[in-house]
Amino acid sequence: MLASILASGLAIGAVYALIGITYNTMYTASRVMSFTAGQLGMLGGVLGSLFILRLGLPAAIGFVVTLIACAAIGVVTEIVAVRPVLGKLDQHLYVLSTLAFALMIQQVTAIEWSTEPQPFPRLLGIGNGGPWDEKFWLPLVACAAVTGGLEFLYRRTLVGRAFLAISEDNFAARALGLPERNLRMASYALAGVVGGIAGFASGELLLAFFANGAMLNFYGFVPVALGGLGNNRGAIIGGIALGLFQQAANFTVGGVFSSVAVFVVFIVVLLAAPQGLFGSSRARRV
Amino acid sequence: MRSMFPFLIVFGLAAVLPFTGSDYWTLIATRAAIYWVLVSGLNLAVGFGGQLAIGYVALLTLGAYTASVLVAGNLGPAWPAFPALGAAGVVGAVAGVIIGLPALRLRTFYFAMTTLGFATILTQVALAWQGVTGGGIGLPGPTLPAPFDTGPGFYFLCLAFAAFCTWITANVAHSRFGRALVAIRDAEVAAEAIGISKPALLVTVFLFSGATAAIAGGLFATLQSYITPDAFTFDLSVLFFIAILIGGRGSILGPLLGTIILTVLPEFAAPLVAWSTFLYAALLLIIVLVIPGGIADLLDFANRRPLERNRAIIPRPELLAEILDHGAARATIDLRGVVLSFGGVRAIDGLDLQIEPRQVHGLIGPNGSGKTTTLNVISGYYRPEHGTVGLGDVDLSHQPTQARAGLGIARTFQTPRLIGEASVLQNVMIGGSINGTASFAESLLTLPRHRRDERRLRAQATLALRVVGLESLAAVRADRLQHSELRFMEIARALMLHPTFILLDEPAAGLSTDEIKRLGELIKRISQRGTGVLLVEHHADLIFDICDTVTVLNLGRELAAGTPSDIRAHKEVVSAYLGA
Repeated sequence: MLASILASGLAIGAVYALIGITYNTMYTASRVMSFTAGQLGMLGGVLGSLFILRLGLPAAIGFVVTLIACAAIGVVTEIVAVRPVLGKLDQHLYVLSTLAFALMIQQVTAIEWSTEPQPFPRLLGIGNGGPWDEKFWLPLVACAAVTGGLEFLYRRTLVGRAFLAISEDNFAARALGLPERNLRMASYALAGVVGGIAGFASGELLLAFFANGAMLNFYGFVPVALGGLGNNRGAIIGGIALGLFQQAANFTVGGVFSSVAVFVVFIVVLLAAPQGLFGSSRARRV
Repeated sequence: MRSMFPFLIVFGLAAVLPFTGSDYWTLIATRAAIYWVLVSGLNLAVGFGGQLAIGYVALLTLGAYTASVLVAGNLGPAWPAFPALGAAGVVGAVAGVIIGLPALRLRTFYFAMTTLGFATILTQVALAWQGVTGGGIGLPGPTLPAPFDTGPGFYFLCLAFAAFCTWITANVAHSRFGRALVAIRDAEVAAEAIGISKPALLVTVFLFSGATAAIAGGLFATLQSYITPDAFTFDLSVLFFIAILIGGRGSILGPLLGTIILTVLPEFAAPLVAWSTFLYAALLLIIVLVIPGGIADLLDFANRRPLERNRAIIPRPELLAEILDHGAARATIDLRGVVLSFGGVRAIDGLDLQIEPRQVHGLIGPNGSGKTTTLNVISGYYRPEHGTVGLGDVDLSHQPTQARAGLGIARTFQTPRLIGEASVLQNVMIGGSINGTASFAESLLTLPRHRRDERRLRAQATLALRVVGLESLAAVRADRLQHSELRFMEIARALMLHPTFILLDEPAAGLSTDEIKRLGELIKRISQRGTGVLLVEHHADLIFDICDTVTVLNLGRELAAGTPSDIRAHKEVVSAYLGA
């Protein structure tokens, strides 16, 4: 049982971590927390199943097309739900606009795809359903790859440094002549890719199911909130810890209690430390 | 009276509906009435308080199950229906506060998330706790005694609840509590300076909206006659929430119309039922992007009339005697050795400062010298790292920001902090929030103390507006005023506290020469009534004209202090700041 808990806990934790990174990628580019993060994860699974199983594309091509589609959704999010309300960030209209857009994505998926979980294709065919099955380690590999890739992007490439610059100081970055709007759109595309990878890699585990969006929205947000907004390391540690805790509780005391426990811990920690465990304190208000 | 007219039409039409003989439409109207019982309470939290409580279907679920379980006798002996409905209200009120707690400390998105999370968990619990809730199979809703056991009978009961909720929430909306909620939403920083306690206010509102939502849940269970967890989809949460936003924030009529429209809309578009949540979401997006004011804004014809141009602000300081009638302050605001740094920068570096009653104390210095920061330390937005801030014997450094108002310290802001959607008069009335005596419950029912409060606040606010010369604009939406008028409005709001000290942060910025002259006269007269004034300003002329004492700051330290003529002669000040 321990092996099952570890395998599924790490796998699901890696998915939460990736959704957390999706949130962070959008947040650092625009100071906006977007409800579409979980929906992008859901789309990764649904579109993967659509392209590979229904349309019969080869897995590799299906993967690439899924990511392109998710990146496009990310860009559309930026144009439709984020850019128009950026000027009024203090009124928090983005909460409503991104919620509306996320609901629209979810409803279209429910109606046009299915309201029941649909199968996701076997990608590599490694493992036989045991703890070493690909469905458990694919999300972990994806999480490691994304983390490494982002680290490389942010530290070693000019575009990545430009991302960091607009997240650190938007005004200064614009004064230096950085194309702030294009960089923000690129960040949203990147967030789409990360979310898509999360959904695609976990497709065999979570299936292609429209309701995964809302679920991932919440459980992907918990590690971000606990780790501090914009802090990818916090999101990864928090995500994996959350996954392990949840699966351990699932196997031992049942799913309802784990949900309740996660919720209680979430609220208590945030009431004690609103900026998260690794976050920095808030800025001046007056 | 005129403002009640639309409500009378809506409820009058609703009352004759059953006599048209259509049971089906009576059923739809019953549902709309039940939804409105929930939305009316939620409206105070969302529309007025600006708290994004999205998952309110959770409280509907909770109320429905509490009432049904108690009536069915699954927990102890079976209860009669109406006491069970009351118990649902109590449970809902407690749950409302529990869900609401995070809003006291967390930012909006977090709060939205926690309400969503709570909604998910409640459904899971309802599914798992089979012995009591019947799990996925569900349980029957409560059956009400005669005469409420027929379709029309139940409808009139729900309609009565809806009308009552409309009345009490409208009462709250037009009380100091309603205005304070809007202040928290639009001008939280100013609300603190006025002495509004956000936690106390929000807890009260969450208690109330939790209770109405759970009572609506009990009625909903009766309407459904049989409930399962499936009946409480997230779509309902979206409906409640969007009804408020379509209606318009800070309105009662708007959300009422919004609720009716959203309940009835799917009935007219049967093929679209599957798409209804999508349409609601699309509607939400459109509203947020295109008409953030909602229906209420579209119906607000009065504020589209053009304002008179070339209007001048003529303050009447001779009326100050009626507001500031408490004599001179007895204590002194006393800063000793105050140090405050932001990161590595020492914004204030060991400052001593005394603000005396009956005096205008000027605080000048170059940008970044710590003037506004000093003011913010006195008002409590920052806590000094070292040193003390005292008012007589009271140590202010460890008191919360909102305690200042009660001690008679009022302030204005460098950028005016206003509630754009409220009228000028309401903006000023907010300043007197802490002088109200009626409790929330008294305001709900407009008991005599509430009415007395309202009359007094209104009279005082009108007087304060006359003092600053804005009485002709009292009914105008505050966001239509010119910048200079907003500065005077903030002074009127500060006067509502009958302050013994008033802190003015660059009140002359953006004013014309004439206006500055009148402002100077007003400030002078305020100090002559015994109030101590701290004036942060860049206009050297104004400072030297009206100040009794001037302190010059540089790099967080006192560069010079003394009478205006001392300062004018001070070599360092002249070379560093005033120019030769």
